[in-house]
Amino acid sequence: MQWLKGLGATLYRLFVEDSSFAAEIVLWMLILGWLLPRFTIPDWRRGGILFVGLIAILVESVLRRARQR
Amino acid sequence: MLVSWTHVGPTVTAAFLASLVEFVEALTVVLAVAVVRGWRGALLGCAAALLLLSGVVAVLGPALARIPLRSVQLAVGTLLLLFGMRWLRKAILRAAGVIAVHDERLIYAERTQALRQLVVPRGSWDKVAFTTAFNITALEGTEVVFIVTAIGSSGANLLLPASLGALAALGVVVTLGLLVHRPLSRIPENLLKLVVGLVLSALGTFWVGEALGFAWPGADWTILGLIAGYLAAALISVAMCSRLRSALGTH
Repeated sequence: MQWLKGLGATLYRLFVEDSSFAAEIVLWMLILGWLLPRFTIPDWRRGGILFVGLIAILVESVLRRARQR
Repeated sequence: MLVSWTHVGPTVTAAFLASLVEFVEALTVVLAVAVVRGWRGALLGCAAALLLLSGVVAVLGPALARIPLRSVQLAVGTLLLLFGMRWLRKAILRAAGVIAVHDERLIYAERTQALRQLVVPRGSWDKVAFTTAFNITALEGTEVVFIVTAIGSSGANLLLPASLGALAALGVVVTLGLLVHRPLSRIPENLLKLVVGLVLSALGTFWVGEALGFAWPGADWTILGLIAGYLAAALISVAMCSRLRSALGTH
């Protein structure tokens, strides 16, 4: 059981270091997946919106971390 | 074999560089075990972990091929995005001096010191050596297996190029390890992490977009544009973080 818990924790840490950063990425994908099909936006812009949002999440996360001592 | 070079190039590069980083980290600990506790336990631990990982690949690979491509793209794209962005974030923070750079020599020194303090059993089974080598190989190997399986399963005929990239990295690290017999501290780990983070984030973004039904302009060529976009964002972020740290007086 302890071994399984360790494996689970290892796998979790593979993808998540800052939980709010990971949650923001997943949330952004969910929002776009749910919201964008409801609007008539050209296809090429949808990818751009996904990308720009991810960049914004990345920049906000590193700046937030840099502000911490 | 019908493969797109805009996919194969980033796939092989990402698999090779990411595996190189992981194998270098594993080599540091395995060398520490071998020097302090002997090669027998270190090599047996490595071999056992590699056997376990081979079993995982043998089960995972064919299983992924049976899942519809769009579902695989969404699941794998999400995981690649999380993994790639995590590395990218870490590389930016290290380059800006916010967090410490990975130091293989320091890790090696700490590991050897810790291992020396433990009693070496004479003529019997060295459980510590075996377990330490097994754990580090399994841990770093799991990351390699994930990267290879993920990037290899998201497109037609990409598993072979991804596996070859990882095998080439293994060959390079084992050869260098045998030649120098010390941690490979001269490998620019953070630069490699940045490059891998860029490529995996770009591939993850591309596949998540495709799975959500977005049509990328320029089709596969968009991946190169996404890499360039993430690189620009990373460079700007490093500069912004450095200025922020200077302003806060934390340098």
